[in-house]
Amino acid sequence: MKKANLEVIVVYEELLNEYPLPSSVKEEIKKELERINANEDIARKVVERCYQVYLTNLMEPGEAAGIVAAQSIGEPGTQMTMRTFHYAGVAEIDVTLGLPRLIEILDVRKNPSTPMMTIKLLPEYAQDRDKATEIANKIEATYILDLADLATDIRRMRIIISPDEKAMKNKGITLEEIKKKVEKSLKNVEVELVEDKIVVQVTEPSYKLLMDTLDKLKKLVLTGIKEIRRVIVRKDEQSGEYVLYTEGSNLRKVMKVKGVDARRTVTNNIYEIYEVLGIEAARNAVIREAISTLEEQGLEVNIRHIMLVADVMTADGELRQIGRHGVAGEKQSILARAAFEMTVNNLLEAAVRGDVDMLKGITENIIVGQPIKLGTGDVELVLKFGSKF
Amino acid sequence: MIPKRIGGIKFEVLSPQEIRRMSAAKIITPETYDDDGYPIESGLMDPKLGVIDPGLRCKTCGGKAGECPGHFGHIELAAPVIHVGYAKLIAKLLNATCKECGRILLKNEKRDEYIEKIENKKRLNQDYEDIIKEVFRVTKSVKVCPHCGAEQIEIKFEKPTSYYEGEHKLTPKDVRERLEKIPDEDLPAFGMDPKAVRPEWMVLTVLPVPPVTVRPSIILETGQRSEDDLTHKLVDIIRINQRFLDNKEGGAPQLILEDLWELLQYHVTTYLDNEVSGIPPARHRSGRPLKTLAQRLKGKEGRFRGSLSGKRVNFSARTVISPDPNISINEVGVPKIVAEELTVPFHVTEKNIEEARELVLRTEHPKANYIIRQDGRRIKVLDTNREELAEKLEPGMIIERQLMDGDIVLFNRQPSLHRMSIMAHYVRVLPYKTFRLNPAVCPPYNADFDGDEMNLHVPQSLEAQAEAKILMSVQEHILSPRFGGPIIGGIHDHISGLYLLTRGEKLFTRKEVMSIIKPLNVSELPKPKYVKDGVEYWTGKQIFSMILPKITIEFKAEICQGCDECKKENCEFDAYVIIKDGELVKGTIDEKAVGAFKGIVIDEIIRKYGKDRAKKFIDDMTQLAIRAIMYTGFSFGISDEDIPEEAVKQIHEVIAEAEKKVEKLIEAYKKGNLEPMPGRSLEETLEMKIMQVLGKARDQAGKIASRFLGMDNSAVIMAVSGARGSMLNLTQMAACIGQQSVRGERIKRGYSYTNRTLPHFKPGDLGAKARGFVKSSYKEGLSPVEYFFHAMGGREGLVDTAVRTSQSGYLQRRLINALQDLKVEYDGTVKEQTSGMLVQFRYGEDGVDPTKSFRGKAVDIKRIIKEVLSEES
Repeated sequence: MKKANLEVIVVYEELLNEYPLPSSVKEEIKKELERINANEDIARKVVERCYQVYLTNLMEPGEAAGIVAAQSIGEPGTQMTMRTFHYAGVAEIDVTLGLPRLIEILDVRKNPSTPMMTIKLLPEYAQDRDKATEIANKIEATYILDLADLATDIRRMRIIISPDEKAMKNKGITLEEIKKKVEKSLKNVEVELVEDKIVVQVTEPSYKLLMDTLDKLKKLVLTGIKEIRRVIVRKDEQSGEYVLYTEGSNLRKVMKVKGVDARRTVTNNIYEIYEVLGIEAARNAVIREAISTLEEQGLEVNIRHIMLVADVMTADGELRQIGRHGVAGEKQSILARAAFEMTVNNLLEAAVRGDVDMLKGITENIIVGQPIKLGTGDVELVLKFGSKF
Repeated sequence: MIPKRIGGIKFEVLSPQEIRRMSAAKIITPETYDDDGYPIESGLMDPKLGVIDPGLRCKTCGGKAGECPGHFGHIELAAPVIHVGYAKLIAKLLNATCKECGRILLKNEKRDEYIEKIENKKRLNQDYEDIIKEVFRVTKSVKVCPHCGAEQIEIKFEKPTSYYEGEHKLTPKDVRERLEKIPDEDLPAFGMDPKAVRPEWMVLTVLPVPPVTVRPSIILETGQRSEDDLTHKLVDIIRINQRFLDNKEGGAPQLILEDLWELLQYHVTTYLDNEVSGIPPARHRSGRPLKTLAQRLKGKEGRFRGSLSGKRVNFSARTVISPDPNISINEVGVPKIVAEELTVPFHVTEKNIEEARELVLRTEHPKANYIIRQDGRRIKVLDTNREELAEKLEPGMIIERQLMDGDIVLFNRQPSLHRMSIMAHYVRVLPYKTFRLNPAVCPPYNADFDGDEMNLHVPQSLEAQAEAKILMSVQEHILSPRFGGPIIGGIHDHISGLYLLTRGEKLFTRKEVMSIIKPLNVSELPKPKYVKDGVEYWTGKQIFSMILPKITIEFKAEICQGCDECKKENCEFDAYVIIKDGELVKGTIDEKAVGAFKGIVIDEIIRKYGKDRAKKFIDDMTQLAIRAIMYTGFSFGISDEDIPEEAVKQIHEVIAEAEKKVEKLIEAYKKGNLEPMPGRSLEETLEMKIMQVLGKARDQAGKIASRFLGMDNSAVIMAVSGARGSMLNLTQMAACIGQQSVRGERIKRGYSYTNRTLPHFKPGDLGAKARGFVKSSYKEGLSPVEYFFHAMGGREGLVDTAVRTSQSGYLQRRLINALQDLKVEYDGTVKEQTSGMLVQFRYGEDGVDPTKSFRGKAVDIKRIIKEVLSEES
């Protein structure tokens, strides 16, 4: 196809600037105009008509946007599955999907059942499998059992760590380092290097202490990030770069790892994103996670509904859940809260505080039997009888 | 007239004086009725508290039953008792104030600082719970009163209503005395409003007695009176109260008095809330726990959710639904007996009085059931008084006229998950006893006809009728706000019918065409496509084109095979649909074109010609489809699953081979030759590989079966056109059911000590058969073992569905509750109405209504360009 010359593009841009259209629409119009290589006349007509259509497509004032959004997300809930499936692309990692995942997102669980990260690497690391693996090794939590066998010698009250040379080499860790790490994290022991083994001698001859030490030793993280149990290196077919997928998540620490492209690295733990990157990032994370959960199930839900939910959850600068301990629980109206959950407590508390329900919301007005202030109920025009308009 | 509105409701704690002031009677005796069945004065059924028996009059207001709202009474408690709901707060207050002087355990400046913080938060409509918590935390640790220097002893609170100061137990009387000493100025620091509450009011000295209208007694068939749970509880309270008084006056020992006091506390506690942890709930004689005040408010059937947020209504009907493709999608067939019962008000004016008179005089269906006179009296229209009433008719009266054709009604099916679950339909009065609806509106209601029932409501006011017509009628809801596409469209036979009609070049003679388009309002036939030997022939595509408005679109149909390179108009499957100026040129009409949720053609019509044209198209389409499918005839029976001997043999071979492969895999695993997949254990790898092999085997079996069934098989037609069922269903019926699974794995539960699923197998058998692979087809029938595994998989599915409905129901309730107060303002912002909080500066970032959007896109630019270009050329 012929490339639209620059002059024409400038004309398009000038044309579009005359109309207060949202930037996303402008972008698309421009792209389409370039595609058909429209002359100014046609372009003007297209833009004008797009603007007219845009105006008619706007939301009516008074529309119950919230209820429509809630229904649009709630209704497909019945069609969702309940099972954990494998993450698309990486069969090795189990990820919660379907309804449980959606509930998890809207509940803002601090510890989601299957935390997962997708780590992108900086260009100089992303192309090389070895370098990517190196980073993966740095991130993945390594326990002593991954590198060595443990044996307890009850008679002499000691634990013998016999490392596996190959595994150590893979992980790029030396015996010395293991010894240091063990020494640092254990109390009441003496650590010694005997030939190629590490001997951990318990100072007190107590069986309990020995066993406790053994347990601690097993839980000891030698390298990597504790929360990240497994890392899988995969080549992304589209971009050709190596990407790390992890089971477990710790955004703060992973972002600091050298070679990790912090700007493109994501986790599915929304609360972590909120803590590390702030409220705007959390809002985007809610939208992204909810949309991908719904899409994975083959359910089409307009993104505007999900945006609205995410905005309600994040509107006051804190990440609030949908439910008793969040948005619904912080309602101003006493009656609305009482009608939702914890009826008696809400009423008792309101009485002590001397609270007033201003009856501005929906539930309150339904309860007292008044028209609600939404849609046609929000209009306050009254016809004067006898007047000729 | 502008109706009055309640501006707000303030919540406060009742003071003892207030309770006495609003009381109509002091209640002393526990008896309710005397031997003659009359209520006893100063008893719990005192006539001053209101009336429930018809015929009697209230002694306080003189109203009859139904008029008198009831009046409160009161009980003077012999000793103060703690209000359970406030027990925790009392404990906190006792620890936060001085035991001697009652002041808050903070210096005045510090106190004022906290109060100011709270005031600030209040002004900003923010939550101030945290500050109050801090106040209680800080004051609790203070050992010496900063005001009087008295030493503080920590008070231990024991659920539900006991307080200990060290070893010494505080009586409610002691507690009350201490609370009395807390000055008003200190209260705001605890988040309490001194105008609304005095702390000592949280220890009850007087108990309000709710009016009898709140706790009506019912008369059983035996003539016995059965009292309400609340009355029972109040009787208990009065009895103990009386006993306490008698004992106190009789100078009983302190120990006995204390026991009685405890008992009184117990009864008052359970009267307020019978589910307090730590004490046994008060029970009825039958052993059923009593439903007391808190229980009446709480929960789904409680006052708030059951009676205030949701209400019962008149002018409604409910019955079974059945399909009728001959009525429009915005109509509903109403049985005559229902239409005779439901009424619409008809306001008599000077201009329509003759019409009204006619209605009153009628003796058959659309007649008047009642006449409401200007004074509000309702008179039933009977054979005896009909003429008299017609005579007396005058403007200003209201006639309740029977429901008739053309009335607007609301139609609903539960669960009402989205707004399309209640839509307005026009009435068609029909014989028989079911509601009839066009099957094309089943998808929004999620209805089928296996016994579903639906509800119907008749809007009474003109405003309601107008709103129903303008905002709620079916054509307003063809587009779903969820994804901005059509949710109403053809289902089942509509799709197979049009598929059969439009596929390929089917030819019809004039007579045949006429019989197919008979129900349509077509006055002119297009030019016949072929004329052979003087006989005119029309194609099926031409017939379909007759109901199309002038639209131009191209798309791939549902039957598209997804070739690597689309041949477009030369598609050998006739799967590339081209509609040009309302003429179906190429392609087959199927689910993608007219189906619910997909319906590209419907989408195009609604955007180009509007809702009413789309409605007409769907009406025409359903009728045409039914005619078309009747023309060829369409059925499905067990013989449609027959596959030839040869195919059976092939399928068995495929499955046998797969089983062999599985055996090999197991062998490799046992010998340790299996290479684990990265990040998986050996066992997991084996399972995954086996599942893969068996899955592939089933697919192959399915392919073989469908090859032999051919494209003319009715099950295949339904599956490929998207009318009903899938190729997988067909595979399972004709070829092989395949692997049964529980929790996404092959079946492995069973006898764990021998590690086998059933005793039919050897311990540790990992083979296909032993782990739930069903090689039979539904038609062949399952072996007993297969049947058992199939039932296991099936049960999981059932449980899954049951769990899911409850979970997603709760999720939706929470979502609605969180988002219900959001409104799009005139300036395009979205605000929360109760707090005025700004949620979005522009709805959805571009202000576009998802319903009107083109599948999520703000503006359908491609369409506009197409339009402009076609105008130019």
